[in-house]
Amino acid sequence: MWCRQARGSVPRRLAAGGGRALAGPSQGAVSGELLRHLEHLALVDFRDREGVERLRGAIRFADRLREVNTDGVEPMDSVLEDRCLYLREDDVTEGNCTKELLNNAREKVEEYFVAPPGILCCPECDLQLVSHNSLFSVR
Amino acid sequence: VPPPTSPRSHCARRTTFPRGHCGEASEPLARQNGGGGAGLRWGLAPGVAALAPWVPVVGLEIHAQISSNSKLFSGSQVQFAAPPNSLVSFFDASLPGTLPVLNRRCVEAAVMTGLALNCSINKKSLFDRKHYFYADLPAGYQITQQRVPIAVNGSLSYSLCIDNKMSQMVTKTVRIKQIQLEQDSGKSLHDDSRSQTLVDLNRAGVGLMEVVMEPDMCCGEEAAAAVRELQLILQTLGSSQAIMAEGQLRVDANVSVHHPGEPYGVRTEVKNINSIRFLAKAIDYEIQRQIEELENGGTILNETRAFDSKLGCTVPMRDKEGMQDYRFMPEPNLPPLILYDTKSLPANVNHQQVVNIDWIHERLPDLPSAKRAKLVELYGILPEHSFTLVNEDGLTEFFENVLKQTQMKPKKVIGWILNDLLSYLKQHSCTVKESPVSSVLLADLLNLLEKKEISASAAKQVFEELWKGEGKTPLEIVKEKQLQLIEDREELEQICQAVIDEHEKEVMAIKAGNQKIVNKLIGLVQRATQGRSNPVLVKQILEKKLSE
Repeated sequence: MWCRQARGSVPRRLAAGGGRALAGPSQGAVSGELLRHLEHLALVDFRDREGVERLRGAIRFADRLREVNTDGVEPMDSVLEDRCLYLREDDVTEGNCTKELLNNAREKVEEYFVAPPGILCCPECDLQLVSHNSLFSVR
Repeated sequence: VPPPTSPRSHCARRTTFPRGHCGEASEPLARQNGGGGAGLRWGLAPGVAALAPWVPVVGLEIHAQISSNSKLFSGSQVQFAAPPNSLVSFFDASLPGTLPVLNRRCVEAAVMTGLALNCSINKKSLFDRKHYFYADLPAGYQITQQRVPIAVNGSLSYSLCIDNKMSQMVTKTVRIKQIQLEQDSGKSLHDDSRSQTLVDLNRAGVGLMEVVMEPDMCCGEEAAAAVRELQLILQTLGSSQAIMAEGQLRVDANVSVHHPGEPYGVRTEVKNINSIRFLAKAIDYEIQRQIEELENGGTILNETRAFDSKLGCTVPMRDKEGMQDYRFMPEPNLPPLILYDTKSLPANVNHQQVVNIDWIHERLPDLPSAKRAKLVELYGILPEHSFTLVNEDGLTEFFENVLKQTQMKPKKVIGWILNDLLSYLKQHSCTVKESPVSSVLLADLLNLLEKKEISASAAKQVFEELWKGEGKTPLEIVKEKQLQLIEDREELEQICQAVIDEHEKEVMAIKAGNQKIVNKLIGLVQRATQGRSNPVLVKQILEKKLSE
């Protein structure tokens, strides 16, 4: 994410990627509770040493944003902010492709998708969480 | 300790307190109660030294499905009950590479609703993503408007009748915090036997207006009245058909209780309410449950509870592991939604690409409150009557059709509509459209009555016959059952004389000065003539004879 007045105000050393991270509130400390919470939200199991180290690295990397002074700068939340939001006419132009959609489903019952029961939320459940190793390809 | 009386009794007292009248402690009322009696407040038992009263607080979150042909961000059709997954586009199924495209009709619906609810319309509103995992939310997030919704700071006025009679109505207001546009989710069918959930995405992506009300209400009755009024407004605007039974209007209630002067208590959220009647029940049950729990030294958990309509109680829903973290973020694929008014409208603009608030405002239809006021002004009926007329689908039209075809005054006709027609409809669970008695037939009947060809009681008999729907006209029924008023004065005099002769005791009482007994004799004559005598004439004849 770039600030609107980014040009010229990002210190060169940051752009080069060699700067030291400012001491932010996290300081690399990641509590067990935070880990559990993140796993719960992302449905990813990464509580081994490598996973935690990666997480710390990601936080350090993102913390470098704090070095930029954003006082008095209106946050920009979309690069589309000065574009026109296109409004569509209220006509039925899509749908009726049940077969195609269900082709993607590993399991189906009549014309319904099949999902596991309940709310997928607790790492403590015996639901299989995705291992982080299969998600992050390049360090 | 006997249970408190039904909530109606306490609501009957105050009308001037802006809110919290259900439980607010007040000296005059306490004195009125004395040792306890009618008008009990929440938690007070009769005859017991007053425990600190409870103030219930009720807020509502209402989701109304927008009435449109296609969905909020895609071109698939909006329709209730279609083959599973047949109304689903690639975007609705969250396939990669698809993007949301906003439907102008949905924006207009939200603006209309905001204007009707006296809101400020935000000329710039933003879309956000609300993340959570659930089988019927394929994207893993819902597109909503959390930071800057389309409309804010409105109000909704509604009326309650006090004391359960239609004789006294009081107007209340609830503040509308905001109205936001958001996507609906699909439907999950839980198959516990096979430990699986079946998912139908037909509803996924349908446009919703979420109406958030401030916690200005204090009991189930107020909430029900507010929702009913909102339903009428939405149906009048056409922005939503708001049929609760089809899931087009969903209401969640937030309920808490506290002692006057103390901070608000912990609130619970009550879901799974399928009708307005159940809404009132669920809220009142939850208020009662919380009071009992707290008075027994327990605590209230900040949880979500479901209303079980069969048992009439609320039960905890499956624990969602504490508070959800929705990780709101701006929707990166949608620029801000800009609305215009006549002043800010840019020149040379494609009208299809622009929503003009003023244009919509000028075309707003008459809201229910305006309709009611017009009915009262035009026809001289009571405000309570106008409420019933507007509340019942098709009844106003029926009433006006009868008026067109009869000489009878509206103030008399309304009695027949509300007391006779409506009660028959309710007894047989019919809608106005299903009524076996059409406006033409009723008008015919009322004309016979107006022309004094039949008496009022005969008319009621005819109405009962008409209700059978056998296709006979009122005149035919009158002739068949010989219900015409007796025209022959001599015949009437004979009958009156006979009644006088058979009731010496009453006659003596009348001659002694008790005039009220004349009514009894009139009644007897009516019975003897099977309702075919004109009571006014009978009274004349009787009085003449008795004075001889």
